[in-house]
Amino acid sequence: MTTGTRARPWARGRDRGRRDRRRDGAGSRRLATLTLAVLGLAVLLVPLVARLDQSQVDLQSASLPPGLAHPFGTDEMGRDVLLRVVYGLRVSLLVGLVAAAVSATVGTLVGLVAGTLGGMADRVLMRVVDGFNSVPHLLFGIFIVAMFSPGATAVVVSVGLTHWMTAARIVRSEVLTLRSRPFVDAAISAGSGRARIVARHFLPHLAPHVALAAVLMVPHAVWHETALSFLGLGLPPHLASLGNMINDGARSLLAGDWWPSLFPGLFILLPTLAISSLAQRWRDRTDPRRRSELQL
Amino acid sequence: MIRALARMAVWRLVFAVPLLLAVTMGMFALAKASPFDPVRQYLGDRALTTSPEVTERIRANWGLDRPLAEQYLTWLGNLVRGDLGDSRSLHRPVAEVIGDRLGWTLLAVGCALVLMLAGSLVAGVLAAWRRGSWLDRVITGTAYANEAAPVFWTGLLVIWVFAVKLRWLPSGGLTDPAATGVEPGDLLRHMVLPVVVLAFSQSSWLVLFVRESLIGTLREDFVVGARARGLRESTVILRHALRAALLPFITLLGARVPELVTGAILVESVFSWPGVASTSVQAALSADFPLLAALTLLATLAVVVGSLLADTAYVFADPRVRVLGVS
Repeated sequence: MTTGTRARPWARGRDRGRRDRRRDGAGSRRLATLTLAVLGLAVLLVPLVARLDQSQVDLQSASLPPGLAHPFGTDEMGRDVLLRVVYGLRVSLLVGLVAAAVSATVGTLVGLVAGTLGGMADRVLMRVVDGFNSVPHLLFGIFIVAMFSPGATAVVVSVGLTHWMTAARIVRSEVLTLRSRPFVDAAISAGSGRARIVARHFLPHLAPHVALAAVLMVPHAVWHETALSFLGLGLPPHLASLGNMINDGARSLLAGDWWPSLFPGLFILLPTLAISSLAQRWRDRTDPRRRSELQL
Repeated sequence: MIRALARMAVWRLVFAVPLLLAVTMGMFALAKASPFDPVRQYLGDRALTTSPEVTERIRANWGLDRPLAEQYLTWLGNLVRGDLGDSRSLHRPVAEVIGDRLGWTLLAVGCALVLMLAGSLVAGVLAAWRRGSWLDRVITGTAYANEAAPVFWTGLLVIWVFAVKLRWLPSGGLTDPAATGVEPGDLLRHMVLPVVVLAFSQSSWLVLFVRESLIGTLREDFVVGARARGLRESTVILRHALRAALLPFITLLGARVPELVTGAILVESVFSWPGVASTSVQAALSADFPLLAALTLLATLAVVVGSLLADTAYVFADPRVRVLGVS
């Protein structure tokens, strides 16, 4: 080892750097996975085992700072913030998942049609994508919610209608590369029709790309839901959602209580950070250009 | 070159017309599909006591009884002539409402943009220059966390620290509640928090971009050459590497207008800043279609103009395009 290092004096720094980076990556990846696992378990299990009711109003213990009985404190109605945050994450995640699924489905359909038909249909659909992209998403979402009564359906529709464009772009470009692959030529010469090629050859190849796009969409959808709820345009106010909680917390903030708004925000921040760091690692690993750059 | 530039601008504007038309059509269709009855909404509690004849007269007055296509064309015709209609919640002409508030939004957003550019350039250059150091880790870590944090939450935390605990700055509004007019000093104190929060919330992508791009450029031969000629480190970084690294960022900046609008809506709402962006929330809460439609159209126009300006700026910034013309 020592002789080797001495023989290649430049190698030491470079090799050390590479090793460090790999170790850093593993650490943050483990941390991200752990965060997601803990949050996921909390969301699934806490409602089953909790002894307190998250909507239980207890004015005797209103606005208590974080302590042993209430680790995250209580809000101005005396409700336990920790419990409500977990319930809020549950609601926000559920809305986020459904909205992400809706937008991934719409995006896949549009992308498939554009990529498969090509020509005029492709051009028109891509202009539609551009058009949807040039209206600011939140404002568009606000518009949709305003024209229909606020509620879970309106939020899902508004997120679905504003976020499908990414999936459509990805699917279209994938289809365009798939079209020229030899196995598609083979299928065509064997007499397959368009529907069969789409169903048997395109969709299986597209599935992982769409799945990744959908997963990455979830934080966006959650963000969108919280923003709408925070503005009073999202889920009904009595429902514990992260946006509603931050909105409620804003009132007690001016009285000096920081905990009802800090913790719901952290529960948006942490999963988003975890998902994006995992996605980053995945992209670094799979994109050969980035991989070689990382090793420089 | 100017002629080529003008041709590009005209073409882009020509393409923007169908887009804006499509947006108006989409909005109108959504409003028509809405279960809300605008007349009932306008009347509010009075709807119960108003006689059906009066309701019908308002309906006829607003043209709601005519065919859909005719309603749309009338509305569009009024828009084109500059008549944006009356806000149903504020009971004032929409143009007047926007005229009153647009200035405040532009002031806040403009200051935030300048601050964001300056701040992210400094932070990004520092991070790239000292890559791998604790300073780089702090800067990139903050940028990633900032990207994941909702801006309304960051705004609330900032209010708690600077307005509630330290009592240095007011928590929101345009002026002191007791003030009779707008005074520069008072306005400035009220501007600090919203502008800083908006700038900070928009800055993370730029910090990361400047860092990545500068790190990439620092490996290039001309930078190695500049170092080998013994130029000072600051000259190498700022005059050689940064200039080359910054070129793509102009186009990216133009493409960020939608995010800027989103940020403005949330920040204005958190800090009760009386701009157009937070007005869209108020309009939405009372399903005020004329106001909301005008604001959505305004935002779309801002997006179109933003990308046009970015392309124009690119022409001026890239000497190859400047000398050889637009390809």
